[in-house]
Amino acid sequence: MVKKIKQWISLLLLAGVFTFSLTSAILPSSPAPTEKNEQTHSLPAEEQTSKETGHHFDAEEMIMGHVLDSYEWHLLTIKGKHISIPLPVILYSKEKGLNIFLSSKFHHGHSSYKGFRIAEEGKYAGKIVEETADGQVVRPIDLSLTKTAVALVFSVILLIWIFTSIARRYEKHRNEPPHGLQNLLEPLIIFIRDEVAKASIGEEKYEKYLPYLLTLFFFIFINNLLGLIPIFPAGANVTGNIAIPTVMALFTFALVVVSATKYFWIDIFNTPGVPWWLKFPFPLIPLIEFSSLFIKHIVLVIRLFANIVAGHIVALGFFALIFIFGEMNTLAGYGISVVTIAFTVFLTLLELLVAFIQAYVFTLLSALYIGLALEEGH
Amino acid sequence: MILLQAVAGSTLGIMGAGFGAGLAAIGAGIGIGQIGGKAMEAISRQPEAVGDIRSNMIISAALIEGVAFFAIVICLLILFAV
Repeated sequence: MVKKIKQWISLLLLAGVFTFSLTSAILPSSPAPTEKNEQTHSLPAEEQTSKETGHHFDAEEMIMGHVLDSYEWHLLTIKGKHISIPLPVILYSKEKGLNIFLSSKFHHGHSSYKGFRIAEEGKYAGKIVEETADGQVVRPIDLSLTKTAVALVFSVILLIWIFTSIARRYEKHRNEPPHGLQNLLEPLIIFIRDEVAKASIGEEKYEKYLPYLLTLFFFIFINNLLGLIPIFPAGANVTGNIAIPTVMALFTFALVVVSATKYFWIDIFNTPGVPWWLKFPFPLIPLIEFSSLFIKHIVLVIRLFANIVAGHIVALGFFALIFIFGEMNTLAGYGISVVTIAFTVFLTLLELLVAFIQAYVFTLLSALYIGLALEEGH
Repeated sequence: MILLQAVAGSTLGIMGAGFGAGLAAIGAGIGIGQIGGKAMEAISRQPEAVGDIRSNMIISAALIEGVAFFAIVICLLILFAV
């Protein structure tokens, strides 16, 4: 009876977290909060010397333009002309209803369309706003497929394709040695199953959580790797957008809260071994323990987000060096590019390591938190 | 004196952010340097355990780097969002 109620509550909670995270992952089709909110294409890109176009190279705008989200996918700029892929803009406003159109109607943020425009500065800089009838500037419900969302869809399709193909192969050839893609993924899957899931959660209970942990690990790993490849459709900053690690940590938090045993809550609110005067009249220890429950998961988010975004910003900074030097003197630009390429190769190798480590640490800590929540009494 | 501080508010903030980021780097450097040093000692004591020691060292380094990044994110918030 209790088990049934627990199952219902867990289902409702997970459904709630899922819908909330779905909307919150789609809704912030907007720059990450720690970066400056600026329009990504207010000036034509400055990837040539000032002699040709007279535009000064703005390193900050180039770096932020690559790291932040945007309503179109900018590929190249040839002689001042942008070549970018327009992405669908899906808006629902209370006055004008549902509007779906391509972001090319905005002409890189210079024109408005049907009363919607990309705000240049202010609170909503870089995002689509509309003017209501009484002159207020307000954000409609923005479900646009921005660059991050499209990259997310691409990586999800890639993941589903990879894993369904090896699953089918495992089904058809049950007791045969691994072949092809299985060889690549089997060591990783067994590593996560043995070193992370079994070690943290325990032999009896790990199987329920293994699919989630494997999904988490491969999702983060593939998205980190795709962020390093500069060729479309990879190269968007997916895990470096704060919404996505937030959603994953929310899932882990929901799992922890839903699968926590009675002893977990006793350890938080009535920690054994702690003197009574720390719990009553002012519950100091329960407060600290309760806030640590949230802080642990928030730190998961920050760790993944900051690692990935910092790696991208440093790599982009090195590339910007070439153009900064190139503006002063074309030869200096070519000269520094040798140094920059050497640095960037080393940095990309380091970023490969960071991609794997951050995926592994996120998964390991999730497994640890779940394992701690499942612990029975002593 | 108070007027001067009120006027210099934002520049003090920017200076503080830079200072904070530097301190975070020092903290991470000391912490991870200690991990690396102790790991080297452990490997020299027992060379056959080098695989275990290396993986544990990398995990601990990633966790401590996470804390340093926390401080960096706060400094970035000061610089760009406030």
